[in-house]
Amino acid sequence: MTSIELQEKSRIYRRKILEYIYKAKAGHTGGSLSCIDILNVLYNDTMNVNPENFKSGDRDRYIQSKGHCVEALFVVLADKGFFPETDLETLCKYKSHYIGHPTRKVNGVEQNTGALGHGLPICVGTALAAKMDEKSYRVFTLLGDGELPEGSNWEAFLSASHYKLDNLCAILDYNKLQITGKNADVLNTEPIADKLKSFGWAVREVDGNDPQKLKETLDQLPFEEGKPSFVIAHTIKGKGVSYMENQLKWHHGVPSAEQYELAISELS
Amino acid sequence: MPTVGLANLEVFAATLESLAAVDRNIIAVTSDSRGSGKLTPFGQKFPKQIVEVGIAEQNLVGVAAGLASAGKTVFAVSPACFLTARALEQIKNDVAYSDNAVVLVGISAGVSYGALGTTHHSLHDYAVLRAINNLVVVAPADNFETEQAILQAAALKKPIYLRFGKKNMPVDLVISDWSGGVPQLVTGEKTDNQSTSNLFQLGKGRVIREGSDLTFIGTGETVLPAFEAAEKLASEHGIQAKVVSMHTIKPLDYELINTIASEGKPIITVEEHMVNGGLGEAVASYLMQNAHRNSFKIMGIPDEYTVTGSQNEIFKHYEITGEGIAKEALKLLA
Repeated sequence: MTSIELQEKSRIYRRKILEYIYKAKAGHTGGSLSCIDILNVLYNDTMNVNPENFKSGDRDRYIQSKGHCVEALFVVLADKGFFPETDLETLCKYKSHYIGHPTRKVNGVEQNTGALGHGLPICVGTALAAKMDEKSYRVFTLLGDGELPEGSNWEAFLSASHYKLDNLCAILDYNKLQITGKNADVLNTEPIADKLKSFGWAVREVDGNDPQKLKETLDQLPFEEGKPSFVIAHTIKGKGVSYMENQLKWHHGVPSAEQYELAISELS
Repeated sequence: MPTVGLANLEVFAATLESLAAVDRNIIAVTSDSRGSGKLTPFGQKFPKQIVEVGIAEQNLVGVAAGLASAGKTVFAVSPACFLTARALEQIKNDVAYSDNAVVLVGISAGVSYGALGTTHHSLHDYAVLRAINNLVVVAPADNFETEQAILQAAALKKPIYLRFGKKNMPVDLVISDWSGGVPQLVTGEKTDNQSTSNLFQLGKGRVIREGSDLTFIGTGETVLPAFEAAEKLASEHGIQAKVVSMHTIKPLDYELINTIASEGKPIITVEEHMVNGGLGEAVASYLMQNAHRNSFKIMGIPDEYTVTGSQNEIFKHYEITGEGIAKEALKLLA
């Protein structure tokens, strides 16, 4: 997909994220807006996965560790044709499978996530299976910066490099804010790049809200043969809506009618 | 009395080897636990079918879930105390909720580690795992049940927890006059004059001794002392106790419990688990909600700072012995 096409996709996805969060009166607005460019590039450019090959053992896998930003995932999966977009009208409604975290009841979702620190260990197992079976599929996960302190992530970082899983790529949606405040104040995880390098990962940093730069970075996978790849995607929480950007209250804030109209007009 | 066989853990290792030899998708995942899981020979014979994650139980279960999702038949092997406490959230979400067909193998379960103390005991695992949807919970009593449980778990393709102890167990409690000299693995081909109801099936309790005066329902390594209690009651008091190996704690065999309860005789459950939330309370719940009012007793480890000592000493202290169980039976029958 061209740079302009990817940018246009991101704009449309942002509108839809806001539309369904507004209708459901629930959702993780800020984080979904910060990570959507990453999902856009993964599903429209990097990964070999679509509704036709989703049952195939050779597909690329995406497991969203920061499951709470499910609105971003649902919007992209609908666009890719995994299910009719009208299904999202039921988001967070009684008996809907389109709940506030990914579940395999929704076509296109690989694993049930939501508890933090779970995506990466599962990815390690899946990537190991690819190595055992000499298959070429790749495994991707999206980590939130707030979930980095989960010990299970660090267990998985160790095992991924031990097993030389260069078919595994973890992308950090690094918007630097979590529900209580700035990561640096809640629990400082810096220097992240140095830590990951010392854990045996190949690390790249990129503007995570620039689809073209993300594409160029992900085109280089694996960054080093024999090492898992880690992308520090510098993003902005609430990206694309001026009054939401870098504002903590939009972590799971839901826009009012006026705010919604303003946001949509900014994304027109 | 039944012939002493191997530790169920050893049967596990041998059975896993037999599975791995014919199926390269059989994978063991260990957390520096291959020695305590008797899997060192497995690792030597099948180096490409064992994944070591180091002492990191959360990752153990997550990695196992990922392997299972990619088509592997995965046995995640770790001491039951760590597997079902440290990695409980991974069991709940990554295995059960996501429906990844991992065989969770809790080794050296209950108070097998004896004097190593409470950190190494798993007296909570039935309770917590019973409360998780989409998870089968199994504690085989003897070598035969162990072998069958492993074979059936591998074929199940659903999340399942198997719990094994370290102590040598009978080859087969049903064949109490086993004539083989050297303890050996049974093959699963039952040629003895044994009724099919005694064969092993997940979710179906196994009657290992008939009796009409009362029933002992045990699970795992407590079936043996229940059996010993029944023999003692028969020889010393002429009392005939039925003994059930309720190897599958979830889903529980309500049909069998109903049949037993309908006889109107006392029921005693015996488990190597805290009396809160385990087999006994599961049976009690069924009985109460289905209008059964049998005399009833739950035997297990009480809710207290567990006494220190070996597994045998802990069992003796809490009267999970042939003598102790027989004594409770006489009380209920009085």
